[in-house]
Amino acid sequence: MLRLPSFRYYAPTSVDEAVRILADTPGESMIVAGGTDVLPNMKRGQWKPKVLVGLRGIRELAANVPGADGARVLGAATTLTTMVNDASLRSEAAGLWQAAAQIATPHLRNMGTIGGNLCLDTRCTYYDQSEEWRKAIGYCMKKDGTTCWVATSSKRCLAVSSTDTAPVLLAMGATVTLVSAAGSRVVAVEDLYNNDGMRYLTRRPDELLTSVSLPATRGWKSAYWKLRRRGSFDFPVGAAAVSVQFDADVVTSARIALGAVASRPLLSDAAASVIVGQKLSDEVIAAAADAAYDIAKPMDNTDFELVWRKKMVRSLVTSALREVRGDDMRAKRLSLAKQVL
Amino acid sequence: MSVIGKPRRRTDGRAKVTGQTKFADDLMFPRTVFCRLLRSPHPHAKIISIDTSRAAAHPGVFLVLTGKEFPIPFGVLPVSHDEHALCNDKVRHVGDPVAAVIARTETIAAEAVNLIDVQYELLKTIATPEESLATSDPRIHDYGDDGNVHKAVAMQFGDVDAAIAGADHVFEDIFFFEGNTHLPLEQHATVALKDPDGKLVVYSSTQTPHYLHRALAKTLSMTPAHIRVIATPNGGGFGGKSDPFSHEIVVAKAALMLDRPVKISLSREEVFYCHRGRHPVQMRFRAGVNNDGRMTGLDLETLLDGGAYGSYGVASTFYTGALQTVTYEIPTYRFRGCRVFTNKPACGPKRGHGTPQARFGQEVQLDKIAERLNLDPAEMRLKTVAPANSLTANFMKIGTIGLAECIRKVVERSDWKNKFRKLPYGRGVGIACSSYLSGAGLPINWNDLPHSGVQLKLDRSGGVTAFCGATEIGQGSDDVLVSCVAEVLGLETFDIRAVTGDTDLTPVDLGSYSSRVTLMMGNAAIQAAERARELLAQAVSEKLGIPKEELVFANKRVFRAGSEGLPAEASAKAGCTFQEAVVFAEAKFGTIGTTGSYTPPRPPAKYKGGGVGPTPTYSYSAAIVEVEVDPETGWLTVPNVWIGHDIGRALNPTLVRGQVEGGVYMGLGEALMEESAFRRLPARLSHALVHKFPSILEYKSLTSLDMPEIFTDLIEHPDPAGPFGAKEVGQGPLLPIMPAVANAVYDAVGVRVDEIPVTPEKILKALQQKAAGKPARYGPSVFPGVKWPETLMVTPPWEGGDGRASNEPERKKRTAEAGVEVKAGITIARESKGEVR
Repeated sequence: MLRLPSFRYYAPTSVDEAVRILADTPGESMIVAGGTDVLPNMKRGQWKPKVLVGLRGIRELAANVPGADGARVLGAATTLTTMVNDASLRSEAAGLWQAAAQIATPHLRNMGTIGGNLCLDTRCTYYDQSEEWRKAIGYCMKKDGTTCWVATSSKRCLAVSSTDTAPVLLAMGATVTLVSAAGSRVVAVEDLYNNDGMRYLTRRPDELLTSVSLPATRGWKSAYWKLRRRGSFDFPVGAAAVSVQFDADVVTSARIALGAVASRPLLSDAAASVIVGQKLSDEVIAAAADAAYDIAKPMDNTDFELVWRKKMVRSLVTSALREVRGDDMRAKRLSLAKQVL
Repeated sequence: MSVIGKPRRRTDGRAKVTGQTKFADDLMFPRTVFCRLLRSPHPHAKIISIDTSRAAAHPGVFLVLTGKEFPIPFGVLPVSHDEHALCNDKVRHVGDPVAAVIARTETIAAEAVNLIDVQYELLKTIATPEESLATSDPRIHDYGDDGNVHKAVAMQFGDVDAAIAGADHVFEDIFFFEGNTHLPLEQHATVALKDPDGKLVVYSSTQTPHYLHRALAKTLSMTPAHIRVIATPNGGGFGGKSDPFSHEIVVAKAALMLDRPVKISLSREEVFYCHRGRHPVQMRFRAGVNNDGRMTGLDLETLLDGGAYGSYGVASTFYTGALQTVTYEIPTYRFRGCRVFTNKPACGPKRGHGTPQARFGQEVQLDKIAERLNLDPAEMRLKTVAPANSLTANFMKIGTIGLAECIRKVVERSDWKNKFRKLPYGRGVGIACSSYLSGAGLPINWNDLPHSGVQLKLDRSGGVTAFCGATEIGQGSDDVLVSCVAEVLGLETFDIRAVTGDTDLTPVDLGSYSSRVTLMMGNAAIQAAERARELLAQAVSEKLGIPKEELVFANKRVFRAGSEGLPAEASAKAGCTFQEAVVFAEAKFGTIGTTGSYTPPRPPAKYKGGGVGPTPTYSYSAAIVEVEVDPETGWLTVPNVWIGHDIGRALNPTLVRGQVEGGVYMGLGEALMEESAFRRLPARLSHALVHKFPSILEYKSLTSLDMPEIFTDLIEHPDPAGPFGAKEVGQGPLLPIMPAVANAVYDAVGVRVDEIPVTPEKILKALQQKAAGKPARYGPSVFPGVKWPETLMVTPPWEGGDGRASNEPERKKRTAEAGVEVKAGITIARESKGEVR
C-alpha cells in the first residue's frame, strides 16, 4: 500500500507557537488539521513537506462562537461534523450547513475541518494521481512537469477549486483571519483565492488561517447545490451558492457564487444584479442562471463531460434560487444529492 | 429439513463483523520483509537494460529481482501462458511489473524501487481495438490468431441467413459495453514463507488456490507437493482474484531465496493494473423476427478489447456468444467473436464473465422489437421462453427453467401493467432477463478429474471436520459446505468445522469462480456426508439392533424413525447421540473419514468452442427497473428494482438474498457509472496511455445512498442437478440490470442509450438528437471490420445434428494434461458423475 514519507511533526498548543514554527521553517513546512487532504497528497508525492505543523492541540482553533443576528466566528479547526451537528448553524446559515453536510463522507467529516476545506488543494485528474502515474504522463505543470495536459497550450494550471464551503462563504460575504509571526490580517473570502490552479490561495505559507467570520445574516436566505456523481464521497464538479436578502418577496441584496467550474470559486455579479430589485419569478431566475452559466469555465479534468457540467450550472443556480424563494425542492434535492438537505 | 432452506447467520459472519477474520494483509510473521514492484511507466516498450545496482546498495534492501529470474511463462488458460512474473523482454501496459525490491520495510522497498534504472525502447502504442485491428506490426504478443488479434471464432447453427431473410422483420442494432472492474474492498495481498520443514507456503487473497498452486510449481520449477497455497478469506473477489498474479510468484521466489517471510500488499492503483475486469465489447445483433415476436434467427458479432494479456480471454470471447440461446427460443444462430490485444491492463472474468455485454445488447434489442411490433416486452418474452429439458441450437442443455415464473413475479410485484408506457414523462420502467451457469461444464485444464472434492473427518468427540479446496470470498461457500454436511448428518452448522482453500489440507476444488462452488462442492459434500452417515448407520444398527433403514439422523441424534414421541427411557433405548454413533462406528471400522467428489456430466456440444457454455444447470433471472430522468439535464436516478431469481433451492435464503442484492448493486454500478476509462495524451506530444483514474474515489461505483429499494423474489423449484436442488446466485442476478436500466430510460423519455454506462450526458445528447428530429439514440453506429475465420457449421439438434461441426478439421485426440492433479495421486474413486440426486 501507499506509505507516508518521513517528516517532522510539530504539535503546537497555541497559535503563537504554530506561526513561530511556520516562520522558522520557511519553504519546508505545511499545516495539517484533519489530514484528509494533506496526507493523501503526501502519499502520492504531490506534496513533500519536511515539517508538518499539526493543529489538533490548539484549543482556540476549535471555537464556534455565535454572535448577534446570525453572525458567528468559527475556529478554523472546527470539524465538518461539528458544523453538521449544529442546529443553529443549520437554521441561520442553511447554505453553509448544506455544503458541510455534502463534503466527502461521514468518516472524513469527522476529521476534516472548515479551515482545511477552505485551503483544499485544487484538484485535477492529471494531478491527483500517484507519483508513478504522473511519471507515466511525464508529470504536469502543477507538480514536477511543464505542461498542463488539460489544455496543452495553457500558460497556467487549470486544476479545479473543489472546496464546498468557499462558494457559500463567498456568497455570504464571510471573512477569514490569517495570522503570521509578523501579525494578523482579515481577508474577505473573495480575496483568499486566485484563479490559478497552482497559486490558488493568497494565504502566504507562513500564515495560519485561524478563523472564519460569518457576517450577521438575519433576514438572509442561503442555499448550496452541488453536482457530483454520487450521494456521498465525491468532490463537487459544479456548484451554486446563493445568499439573498428579501424585503417581503423582493430581493434587496444578493450574492451568487459558483464552485468547481474554475481554479477558484467565482462570484457572478451579473447573476446577482439580475435578481436584485426583482421578485424571484421563473423568468428572473432563468436570467440569473444564464448569467452565471456565462462565467463557468469547466475543463476536462474532473468527473463528467465539461459541456454537460457547464450546462448543469444553469440547473444548479435555478435550484438554489428556487429554494431560497421557498419552493419545495425536496424531491429535486433527493434526486440530485440522494439525501434531503 | 432442519438446516437447508432456513435463513441463518453465516458461519463466518461472527468473525467478519468482530474483525477476527484474518485477511492476507493481516498476517504478520516474525522476520517478515516487504516487497514492492517497479511497474512500467510506458504502455508499450522493449526493455533494453535494467541496472539494479543502486537499489541493491540502498540500506535495508535484501534482494532485487528482475525478469531474468523468471524465465518460465504462466497464465490461467493452457492456451495463453503469456505472462512472466516480471517482464522479460518488453512491457505491454502502464503498470506491467518490471522488477521487485524486497526490503526491511515497505517504505524502504518503495524508495529503492525508484533507484532501479531501466532503459526502454518505445514501441507504438495500441490504444483501441480499431488500432489493434489496423496494426499488424508491432505485435503486442508473438502468438495469437493474426497480428494483434488474440482469438477470432465463428460458428453457425442452421441456415441463419435464410431464416432472417424469411422473417417478417429484420432488426439490426449496434451496441457498446464499456469495460469496468471488480473493485473488491480488499486489495490483493500475499505472504510467502518456508514452513518449518522447508517447504514453500503461500498465503494469498486468491479465489483460485489450485491455479496459483499450478502456476507456482511451473514458474518456480518445483514439485507441486512441496508447495502449499492457502487462500485467505477474500475481501471480495468478483473474478478479480481468479488468475495467478505476478506478485504472488515474486514473493514466493523471494521467500525461497531469502528464507524469510516476504509480504506484498498492493495499492489500489496496482489492483487496477492487475484488473482482469469486464472486457469493453462492441456488438452487432441482427435478428429475424415474425409478427408474433418469435425469432427466426440471430446473428451476433462481438469485438472484445482484451488488454495486454490473455488471461481467461479465449473463454471470455466464447462467452460473449454462448448463452444467447438458453433464455428464449432461437431456432438458428450464428456467433462470431474476436478478442484483440491492446496496451492496457488485461481484461478477464468479472461477475458474469463475458455474458453481460451481449446480454445487454440482446435484451435491449428485444425491447426495440417489442416496441416496433407493438407487443408488451414482458409478454413477448414469456411467449418465447425456452422449454425445460431441451437442447438449444448450439447444443446447450437446458434442465429446469424458472424464467417464466421470474418474469410473472416481477411483472406482478412491480405493477408493470399499470406502469409500462403509462407513467408520466420522465419516469419509466424497463424489463430484462438473463441466465447464467451453475459452474462450467468443462475444466480449464482438460483432464478426467473431479472438479470438486470434499473430505470428512469424524472423531470420537463427535466432531466433524469438512475439508474442501473451495475459497471463501465473501459469497458464503464455507456456510454452504457446513450446511450440506449438517443437513445429511442431522447436526447444526455450528457442529461442523470447515477447513477450506488449503492445497495441503484440502482436496482440490477448482476455485471460487464460474458460480460453480455451491453446485459442485455441495454435491461432493453431500456424497461425503452420505457415506459417513452410512458407516454410522451400520454401526448403530448393529449396536442397538435397529434395522439400518429405520434410522434417522436428526437433532444431533441417531434414532429409530417414530421414536421421538416415546417416553424418555424408551426413546433413549431407540437411539443414541451423534457422538455415540461416531464412537460405535470408530470401534467397528477404525478411524472414520469419507470423501465425496463431483464431476459435471459430459456436455452434448462436441464442436470446437462448444466447451464454453455448458453447465449442470442454468440459473435464470428477470428484473424490472424503475427510473426517473430529468429531461432538462438527463439526470438519472433509480428508485426501485424488482428482481426474480430462479435459484432451484435457497440453501440459506439470507445468503442468497445477499447475493441477489449484491448483484443488483454491482449491475447498477455498471449500468450507471463504472468505466475503465483511459487517457491517451496528444500523440504528437506523448506516447502515454494511462488508466484515467485508478482510484476508489474517482472510479465511480454506487454508495449506499445511491442504492434503490430492491424487491427480491426467489423462485424455488429444486433442480435435480443441484445439491438439495440449488442453482447458482453469485453472478446471474447482475445480468438483467444493465439492459433493464436502458429499457427503462426509453420508457421514461423515449430515447435509446445503446451503450453502457447510461449516463446523464448520453441521455441528454439523445434527447437533443430527438429534439432535432434525428434518431432518438446515443450509441455506436459502426461495428469495426473484423476478418472472420471460416465459420464452423453445426446442424441444430432438431435438424438431426449430433453436436459436431460438419467442416471442423480433424481434432487431435486430447490426452489428459500431466498437470498437478495427476502428480498429486488421486486415490479416491470418482463416482459422482453429476448424477441426479
